[in-house]
Amino acid sequence: MEGWLTAWTKRALLEVQTYVRLLGAVGRALVTPPFYVHDVVEQFDAIGVGSLTVVVLTGGFTGAVLALQSGFTLDQFGARAVVGRLVSASMVKELGPVLTALMVSGRVGSGIAAELGSMAVTDQIDALRAFGTDPVRKLAVPRILAGVGMVPVLTVIADAVGIAGGWAVATSQLHVASSVYWNSVVEGLVIQDVWMGLIKPFVLGFVIVSVGCHVGLRTTGGTQGVGRATTHAVVAASVAVLAVDFFLTKLIISLLY
Amino acid sequence: MNLRTPRSPELEEALGPGAPIVVFDRVSLAFDDQVVLDQVSFTVIVGHTKIILGASGAGKSTILKLVLGLICPDSGVVWVNGERVDQLSEAQLMAVRTDLGMVFQEGALFDSLTVRENVGYKLYEETDLPLDDVNRRVEEVLGFVGLAEYIDRMPSELSGGQRRRVAIARAMAIKPRILLYDEPTTGLDPITGLSIDNEIIKLRDLEDVSSILVTHQLRDAFYIATHAAVRQDGQVTIVPAPPEKADQAEFIMLRDGRIVFEGSASELRRSGDEYLRTFLS
Ligand SMILES: Nc1ncnc2c1ncn2[C@@H]1O[C@H](COP(=O)(O)OP(=O)(O)O)[C@@H](O)[C@H]1O
Ligand SMILES: [Mg+2]
Repeated sequence: MEGWLTAWTKRALLEVQTYVRLLGAVGRALVTPPFYVHDVVEQFDAIGVGSLTVVVLTGGFTGAVLALQSGFTLDQFGARAVVGRLVSASMVKELGPVLTALMVSGRVGSGIAAELGSMAVTDQIDALRAFGTDPVRKLAVPRILAGVGMVPVLTVIADAVGIAGGWAVATSQLHVASSVYWNSVVEGLVIQDVWMGLIKPFVLGFVIVSVGCHVGLRTTGGTQGVGRATTHAVVAASVAVLAVDFFLTKLIISLLY
Repeated sequence: MNLRTPRSPELEEALGPGAPIVVFDRVSLAFDDQVVLDQVSFTVIVGHTKIILGASGAGKSTILKLVLGLICPDSGVVWVNGERVDQLSEAQLMAVRTDLGMVFQEGALFDSLTVRENVGYKLYEETDLPLDDVNRRVEEVLGFVGLAEYIDRMPSELSGGQRRRVAIARAMAIKPRILLYDEPTTGLDPITGLSIDNEIIKLRDLEDVSSILVTHQLRDAFYIATHAAVRQDGQVTIVPAPPEKADQAEFIMLRDGRIVFEGSASELRRSGDEYLRTFLS
């Protein structure tokens, strides 16, 4: 039991150490040449545009179900008219950033781990180094930039579609007037909420993609290893998203509110 | 187009004919508890071929990765092209690797890039040569390996032998001084294997490339050691090599992390060692 615990701790510490070292290398690569601009553009397209459909669907249905659930709860207090406030506050502060991040973890985190992982087990990463290319600059940096750049955009889209989904339910199912809904949406948001909703996805995007790159680049053990890496990246990124979201929320509340 | 890194006159003289271009001095390496190389020493002479034999898992690929500086030895010294690669930082290694071409086991082609982009990778991405020059060089080397018409294919659309030949084209495109081949003919049919052997001979004899060849195909190893490429009236032909030339190819046999045999093809054939005999038969 004890031996198992020490072995586990050692492995975990080693993992954290290599992750931190990757972050250091990324930091250096961001401020010194060479830059692989073409790869950055490619990744913005792959990560951002590629995730649009799933994020729109997630946002839309979440906003709709939010309106539906809170509508009937609010009825008990005769407060059906403030459903917009509830939808907008929950979407913008919490559900938009977190659900978008979780969907991106599933779609992008796994994709990055699988792609980099299969490059690692087929010696392509070593081949890059043999050709004088730093894999961190060529592979990790463009993906991380795209993650940090695109997850906030995707989150804003999810928020907007979610509020629109709430509107659709509020007007059609709950018989709340359109103008009442929209007034309530705006009332529900203070400027701090907007900040919170915008800061979160930058951090979460960074977390998802850097975890995916870390897991992918470290892959060993052939095709089986790639499968393991993919699962591992999604699980690690999703848990990290929820944990980081909690601490970030606490931090932002203490700083802004 | 001169792609070789410039050398100082002193280094040029020090690494002239007969000089060692790769030196391993008592190199040891272990992964966790598993000892892969134990005090391995050998040298590769400029323009010669070193052929490394050994069962799978003997540490052959590891030796090539040490030459490239992709991994670092636990102890010992590795000299490549006048530099101690065991001591250099990753940034300094980039300069050394400019003179090295590596044909990875299974090719390691970039599967998101076309054959053209693979072969010209280094020239497109890491140099500022004019695009026309790069394209010409890529077409030239693909011509050498007989794959000119496959230039716009993806690696996944090629057969195993074609992929291996693209990997050779990619390694030679940068005109390296040293070429490293990791089992270039393993798993190929004899005819494709022979065409790859001929490429290796041509690079050694006509381009003056020093090489390290890892293989466990003895047939290919002996063929490469005992043949030479000559240019006659603009035509390149492969002919049996004179004995003194054949002796320039040195064989190393690795077993359990140690060198158990070192010598020429004829010495290897005559050897009475039991392990060698089972390996040869
Ligand atoms: N990155 C690594 N981590 C752990 N063990 C490794 C690693 N690379 C190689 N090995 C081990 O080292 C030994 C030699 O590997 P290698 O040099 O690839 O052998 P081969 O002679 O077949 O090319 C093998 O037993 C292999 O399992
Ligand atoms: Mg090998």
